[in-house]
Amino acid sequence: MPQINFKRVPTSERDPKERARNFEEVNLGYTAEQAIEEAKRCLQCKNRPCVAGCPVEVYIPEFIKLISEGDFKGAIAKNKEKNNLPGICGRVCPQESQCEAKCTLGVKGDPVSIGKLERFVADQEIKDGVKAPEAPVKNGLKVAVVGAGPSSLTCAADLARMGYEVTIFEALHKPGGVLSYGIPPFRLPRNIIETEVNYVKNLGVQIKMDVLIGKSTTIKELFDGGYKAVFIGSGAGLPSFLNIPGENSNGVFSANEYLTRVNLMKAYKFPNFDTPVWLGKRVAVVGCGNVAMDSVRTALRLGAEKAMIVYRRTSNEMTARVEEYHHAQEEGVEFNWLTNPLEILADEKGRVTGMKCVKMRLCEPDASGRCRPEPIPGSEFTVELDTVIIALGTSPNPLIAQTTPELKTAKHGNLIVDDKYQTTMPGVFGGGDAVTGSATVIQAMGAGKIAARSIDEYIKAK
Amino acid sequence: MFTILEKRDLADKICEYVFEAPLVAKKARPGQFVILRLDEEGERIPITLADTDPKTGRIKIVVQAIGTTTNRLHCFEKGGAIADIIGPLGTPTHLDGFKKAVCVGGGVGIACIHPIAKELKAMGVQVTSIIGSRCKDLVFFEDEMRAASHELIVTTDDGSYGRKGLVTGPLAELLQGADKADVVFSVGPVIMMREVAKATKPYEVKTYVSLNPIMVDGTGMCGACRVSVGGVTKFGCVDGPDFDGHQVDFDLLMKRLAMFKEMEQQSLGLWQKEGCKCHK
Ligand SMILES: Cc1cc2nc3c(=O)[nH]c(=O)nc-3n(C[C@H](O)[C@H](O)[C@H](O)COP(=O)(O)OP(=O)(O)OC[C@H]3O[C@@H](n4cnc5c(N)ncnc54)[C@H](O)[C@@H]3O)c2cc1C
Ligand SMILES: Cc1cc2nc3c(=O)[nH]c(=O)nc-3n(C[C@H](O)[C@H](O)[C@H](O)COP(=O)(O)OP(=O)(O)OC[C@H]3O[C@@H](n4cnc5c(N)ncnc54)[C@H](O)[C@@H]3O)c2cc1C
Ligand code: SF4
Ligand code: SF4
Ligand code: FES
Repeated sequence: MPQINFKRVPTSERDPKERARNFEEVNLGYTAEQAIEEAKRCLQCKNRPCVAGCPVEVYIPEFIKLISEGDFKGAIAKNKEKNNLPGICGRVCPQESQCEAKCTLGVKGDPVSIGKLERFVADQEIKDGVKAPEAPVKNGLKVAVVGAGPSSLTCAADLARMGYEVTIFEALHKPGGVLSYGIPPFRLPRNIIETEVNYVKNLGVQIKMDVLIGKSTTIKELFDGGYKAVFIGSGAGLPSFLNIPGENSNGVFSANEYLTRVNLMKAYKFPNFDTPVWLGKRVAVVGCGNVAMDSVRTALRLGAEKAMIVYRRTSNEMTARVEEYHHAQEEGVEFNWLTNPLEILADEKGRVTGMKCVKMRLCEPDASGRCRPEPIPGSEFTVELDTVIIALGTSPNPLIAQTTPELKTAKHGNLIVDDKYQTTMPGVFGGGDAVTGSATVIQAMGAGKIAARSIDEYIKAK
Repeated sequence: MFTILEKRDLADKICEYVFEAPLVAKKARPGQFVILRLDEEGERIPITLADTDPKTGRIKIVVQAIGTTTNRLHCFEKGGAIADIIGPLGTPTHLDGFKKAVCVGGGVGIACIHPIAKELKAMGVQVTSIIGSRCKDLVFFEDEMRAASHELIVTTDDGSYGRKGLVTGPLAELLQGADKADVVFSVGPVIMMREVAKATKPYEVKTYVSLNPIMVDGTGMCGACRVSVGGVTKFGCVDGPDFDGHQVDFDLLMKRLAMFKEMEQQSLGLWQKEGCKCHK
């Protein structure tokens, strides 16, 4: 019986001081030797608890075993049997609360670094040259997919494997959804997205850009055009604002706008790219989820001297991934806990000059189980700022539901679906953030997978 | 890619382009716009549909060169192609229920008011149009607007063509009397739209203005296009671009339009230095 090793092999990261000023990837990933060493820690548990923690049920022990044997090609093939986007998931999955949370080794020590290993095999494959998948035999049946985010890409890839002729319609000029417009390159380099989207294209999936379903064409017209079923993976792109005075001042942005300018439009390469972005010196980001972390770290990289988080609760309640929180701390982000904005102040030109805030204290837990914050009277104060980024979460964009009366939505505009991910309109399925509200990449992919199966059953039953 | 099928100079720095964009042409209604992007380095900019033909799948836009993207577009010739056109975007102009309309177009906004006048006339509404430019050299679409209206009034600021003065002069005359217009539509520079709204206010004539806030996606995803109407924040790209002119906070719109002024000038300066790299 080999000795159990409770300590994980660390990955190296770029120096916080240097990396906080550019858009290069922060985490450098494993070398082949490190990956093999880490993979050898896996106990190959018979009951596979880790797999139960993964929304797409990746063959975790199996692909890790192949890594430990040095068979990287076999490992990536095994992984891809379940996961169409391993290079992306290995980087952005909240592994600590999913697969790794269930790892047996985690009981007494560090869980196996499943995410980093997944990333390793995906990166290794890119280095070796990704083998295009064999184009599946077509069955001549057309399915339309709305949006090109992770839920749609997964649904489309799985349907294509079953033989369907799948067309994705995407409103923006690039595929990827939040992966392309939201998550910055220092966490998810663009070539990874490109490679994984190309993989889906090579399965025969067509991606049509610049088509806004609901405006350019409607769901009903897709059926008229011969599509047998439709999957809606339109995400949750509608930004929330604080609704406080001064919020329309110059220098106040939704995180979506700020990140879209930088990531999708490459404003960090201005003026070589035409889209500008506001270069704040003193930046406050309101909120403390992944989106807030990405925004505040982006502000640093655009040259902010002071970049801070303003959050009305504490680090215990924040929804950001722990890894990203630590990265932000190392890079010099300031955290203002128990602080709530009241008003944004501006000069006569309408430019932000500061923000009036109030201190909060936590009271007994609310319906969500988190402690309800309430303002402390008399604790108001003002911080000097030139930029405010609102990262309070998003809800599904109402556009498709508004133009498709058959589609019923719940509060906040979430599409209502049954356990097969079918919406209230027969033949129309939905998944990902459009159904759940902002969640995670892998949950969106899991939904896309199940919906693909349901679509297949639906079409076959007709 | 979207190929330029026709290109025509209309006036100083104002060009008309015809593209093939069948999805847009089929669905477009007056008042809607597209977002276009020239190439990989390009910005996404909104441009109103000046005309569309669902049969041929063609769309027409009219663009005034003012900054980097619009100047760069003017270097494209017939046969050249741009990367993206998405649309039709925005809520179509509300046209139902009127008997007598005044359509006011200023500057490049003349092209934007054209589909509105054309459709109103086709619906049997009595249409008087007023188009205004700074000077004679900037007047365009006179024939198109004459065909789209029962009566056309042309104004120039300096009097070099048509009536001298601003569009609000003739507008005020049309708002008097018993059979005055029951609606005014206005597209043009922000200041002009503000003045039009001011002019119609005492007569309590419904006045629609087409706002032009800075946009990124044009689909309701970013909030860059925030405008304030009746004290409520709206997204220009999905709730508009048309709003009740008597409720719009024009001052906020003007401030927000100047948000990136310095960077825009830096970008234009760089482009001017490098010169026109023609895309044929
Ligand atoms: C800044 C940021 C950071 C995040 N970080 C993480 C992270 O670290 N880990 C994690 O797991 N999750 C993270 N998330 C959440 C995760 O990205 C989302 O849960 C996931 O992308 C949802 O996938 P989706 O396919 O449902 O939708 P999206 O990724 O939102 O894609 C939807 C696509 O549909 C398109 N679309 C919308 N409407 C239409 C229409 N009418 N017609 C045509 N196309 C349309 C949109 O343009 C978009 O491309 C983050 C989110 C953000 C915003
Ligand atoms: C709904 C709508 C319809 C429009 N229709 C027309 C039209 O038919 N013809 C026409 O010539 N122009 C139209 N415009 C204006 C056009 O979008 C701007 O002139 C163009 O974006 C300027 O870009 P630029 O790079 O050339 O100039 P820049 O130097 O970048 O900007 C010049 C000024 O244009 C405005 N602007 C800049 N970027 C944007 C942007 N992304 N979105 C909106 N405004 C911006 C700002 O006020 C800026 O100060 C319309 C705008 C809107 C919102
Ligand atoms: S996809 Fe995500 S949850 Fe599943 S194994 Fe990979 S990292 Fe873990
Ligand atoms: S639970 Fe952990 S140790 Fe067990 S098989 Fe899964 S990854 Fe390996
Ligand atoms: S332009 Fe982004 S929401 Fe209107």
